[in-house]
Amino acid sequence: MRSGVIAKKLGMTRLFLEDGKQVPVTVLQLDNLQVVAQRTPERDGYSAVQLGAGNAKAKRTPAPMRGHFAKANVAPKRKLAEFRVSPDNLIEVGAEISAEHYLAGQFVDIAGISLGKGFQGAMKRHNFGGLRASHGVSVSHRSHGSTGQCQDPGKVFKGKKMAGHMGAVRVTTQNLQVVRTDADRGLIMVKGAVPGSRGGWVTVKDAVKKPAHPEAPKPAAVRVAAAPAAEVAVEGGEA
Amino acid sequence: MNLIAQLEAEQIAALGKTIPDFKAGDTVRVGYKVKEGNRSRVQMYEGVCISRNGGSIGASFTVRKISFGEGVERVFPLYSTNIDSIEVVRRGRVRRAKLYYLRSRRGKSARIAEVVNTKPKGE
Repeated sequence: MRSGVIAKKLGMTRLFLEDGKQVPVTVLQLDNLQVVAQRTPERDGYSAVQLGAGNAKAKRTPAPMRGHFAKANVAPKRKLAEFRVSPDNLIEVGAEISAEHYLAGQFVDIAGISLGKGFQGAMKRHNFGGLRASHGVSVSHRSHGSTGQCQDPGKVFKGKKMAGHMGAVRVTTQNLQVVRTDADRGLIMVKGAVPGSRGGWVTVKDAVKKPAHPEAPKPAAVRVAAAPAAEVAVEGGEA
Repeated sequence: MNLIAQLEAEQIAALGKTIPDFKAGDTVRVGYKVKEGNRSRVQMYEGVCISRNGGSIGASFTVRKISFGEGVERVFPLYSTNIDSIEVVRRGRVRRAKLYYLRSRRGKSARIAEVVNTKPKGE
């Protein structure tokens, strides 16, 4: 099992391919994505990597978190997430993951916090049919219908689908295809829509319902060469 | 410029298309690539552009013509790789950006006056 990545959703656009096809794509960005900590079976009982993305001001990072980042020798991050990996796929702490972690044509599952819709009725929230337009229905055309039985059981069962708060929950969209990656700018373009607002954080993982890509880099595609130097410069600037 | 706009601008540059300056009211001839089996040819479609929509890479335009007595409208994505050529046949003088009123008109009343003394933009 390979690590996933944390990405920022930038927005959607379209690509025109040579064969005349148009592909709607969501652009995701890997923003200073680094390994912050490892979870090992010996110490924690399971194996995982903790990744951090984005840049946080050191001043506004709580002191315990600053210590946590200092231990890994990375700049403070905006977003942290843990990804379960098999022990042979652990990535060393401080490594920066590049967009080449995913290959064009590969399938991924993407999770994010969906757009909040506020308090919504049963028709929008649960796709209920509502009531009839005529035949004596007044005022309550968009209401739900009956919510249960009679004196026995004499209550509405728990979990009954009714009006209420909709959206702003964690949603996973499965089997999205990677169309293109751009390692220089850390971009991953994925066919179709991804949950969440522009600028929101999403997690990308290899699709669970598709066979693993044979050529996918293991344990991860790590950015090398110029990247560490840039990292030092950023840290120096903030100190 | 945000990154999405930048990506779109890069893609437009990479596609390298020369798109003439045209607007609603102009008569255009569009060469559209049609695939038949494994052979592809270019089909011409000529009519009045009745609207331009959207911007950047998502821009499209609608062309209306009367084909065998029946009004036909086609929407083309401006930057589609299926578009072989766009040629302006005639420039029309109109006072609206969207000429949807042409749909309810036929014959003489559906004519558009030609612009005289046009100054081509950007040449």
